[in-house]
Amino acid sequence: MQIKELEDIASQVRRDIVRMVHGCASGHPGGSLGCTDLLVALYFQQMKISNRKGKGGYLSFKMDGLNEDLFFLSNGHISPVFYSVLSRRGYFDPAELATFRKIDSRLQGHPTTHEGLPGIRVASGSLGQGMSVAIGAALSKKLNNDDKNVFVLMGDGEQQEGQVWEAAQFAPHHKVDNLIAIIDLNHQQIDGSTDEVMNNRDLKAKYKAFGWRVMEIANGNDMEEVVKGLRKAKRISGKGQPIMIIMHTEMGAGVDFMMGSHKWHGIAPNDEQLAAALAQLPETIGDY
Amino acid sequence: MKKYTYTEKQDTRSGFGDGMTELGRSNPKVVTLCADLVGSLKTATFIKENPSRFFQTGIAEANMMGIAAGLTIGGYIPYPTTFANFGSGRVYDQIRQSIAYSNKNVKIAVSHAGLTLGEDGATHQILEDIAMMRAMPNMTVINPCDYNQTKAATIALADHVGPAYLRFGRPKVPIFTDPNQKFEIGKAWTVNEGKDVSIFATGHLVWEAIQAGEILAEKGIDAEIINIHTIKPLDTAAILKSVRKTKCVVTCEEHQANGGLGDAVAQTLAQNFLAPQEYVAVNNSFGESGTPEQLMAKYGLSAEAIVEKTLKVIGRKN
Repeated sequence: MQIKELEDIASQVRRDIVRMVHGCASGHPGGSLGCTDLLVALYFQQMKISNRKGKGGYLSFKMDGLNEDLFFLSNGHISPVFYSVLSRRGYFDPAELATFRKIDSRLQGHPTTHEGLPGIRVASGSLGQGMSVAIGAALSKKLNNDDKNVFVLMGDGEQQEGQVWEAAQFAPHHKVDNLIAIIDLNHQQIDGSTDEVMNNRDLKAKYKAFGWRVMEIANGNDMEEVVKGLRKAKRISGKGQPIMIIMHTEMGAGVDFMMGSHKWHGIAPNDEQLAAALAQLPETIGDY
Repeated sequence: MKKYTYTEKQDTRSGFGDGMTELGRSNPKVVTLCADLVGSLKTATFIKENPSRFFQTGIAEANMMGIAAGLTIGGYIPYPTTFANFGSGRVYDQIRQSIAYSNKNVKIAVSHAGLTLGEDGATHQILEDIAMMRAMPNMTVINPCDYNQTKAATIALADHVGPAYLRFGRPKVPIFTDPNQKFEIGKAWTVNEGKDVSIFATGHLVWEAIQAGEILAEKGIDAEIINIHTIKPLDTAAILKSVRKTKCVVTCEEHQANGGLGDAVAQTLAQNFLAPQEYVAVNNSFGESGTPEQLMAKYGLSAEAIVEKTLKVIGRKN
């Protein structure tokens, strides 16, 4: 798939995100928009996932993901981007995106296996837990002699959780080298900038000191750079060390008025703001 | 009163360890994790025989629970192990989100539950874990009574699908159950049939209940004693059948009165069949250092305490 095609999908996913949070007047558009390019690159190009189709022509989803790359979303509040990408990739009908955060929906506020939504392997939302789960999944791949990788995305604010650092110790110690972790470094969290709220300081140095192979994606909202970075991560995986990608992004990327502050971390646009956002995001595949 | 004797005492945690040894040989999907307490959890043989199926997490219980959840994704049956205090309250949210809500096939196996860990004192004596775990949707809660039953429960859990919390203890206690028992999750075991009072006991308190039954028999009281090894799902049919016959209840547990076996039984009775009930349990307090025997006596968890509560509850029958 060409970069341009990935960018077109990303534009549609961004439309989905702002329409979903507008539709239920809640949710987290900022981080979702910032991580759109990553998730599109992973699911549409960089991750090896089964294309076998099942009921209704949708991708058949198997919990064990044997011989597939796996993705875990630790910062579960950016569920809109996850749901949009999963549906656009073919796991379920994009029309279902309209049910996001509404009663009786499989698209809960934060991702869950509870409603049986294809593509989700663990609940997340309470922060700091996803990397541990991803490590467990990576270990089970090793036990199964399955050479595929496990990806996990975390937020930068999430790095303030203690469990993250328990997991950060474990992975290098046990040489979990089929694990590729990504930190969405957008320097924002609910209460303000991460520098103000709780300074993460030098995450690169911290992970290096813990024994990780650390690399960066200088612009996580540039599809070409994201693809290049993920290729490199896969290339250097499997060599005795877990991989950490520090991915620099802009919260709210793609919608000018949502960028540059923490304001759009967890609020939905009104009708007027939605129209303004959609005007900046070309409809490519077709709205749900 | 049916006669129960024992020739040997053994700790329930050794029942767990030996159950794991068997599982290591019989079930290639079983794996175990430990947060720096391998010696206490008695899993050395499993680890020696299956080094690739053991994961040492260091003193990091939250991470251990998450890794256990992740291991299930590839089809494994993880038994994360630590002390009960660190495998319940310390990691409640990790269990809740990554294991219970996600309905992962994790068997949390924890030792040193209750007062009987003894000298380490209250920081380690968890007395609230049954309450926490039974409040959690999807969670099965098991508290076996001796070495044989703990071993059988450990093995049975590998065939059960879903999250479970298996609680056992530190001290050596009498072995009085059948070494070849088939452990049925959720099925209470009638230790003694009787007609005057229903004594429902779990964990270490089952042996105390048997001792109490003998004292009561000398006083002419015919006690029905039932081992509730599975607190969730609770065998409500067995409980109601017994109480409909005896019309009064004593519940016995090495746990707070708040939220434990007693409350689970009371909830069942309140909705189905009212009967007076007395609790043999810790009454809204923390433990302290001491020998297991001293602590069980001081906090009212002995056979004598069960006798006293039984006489009281029989007096409350109209």
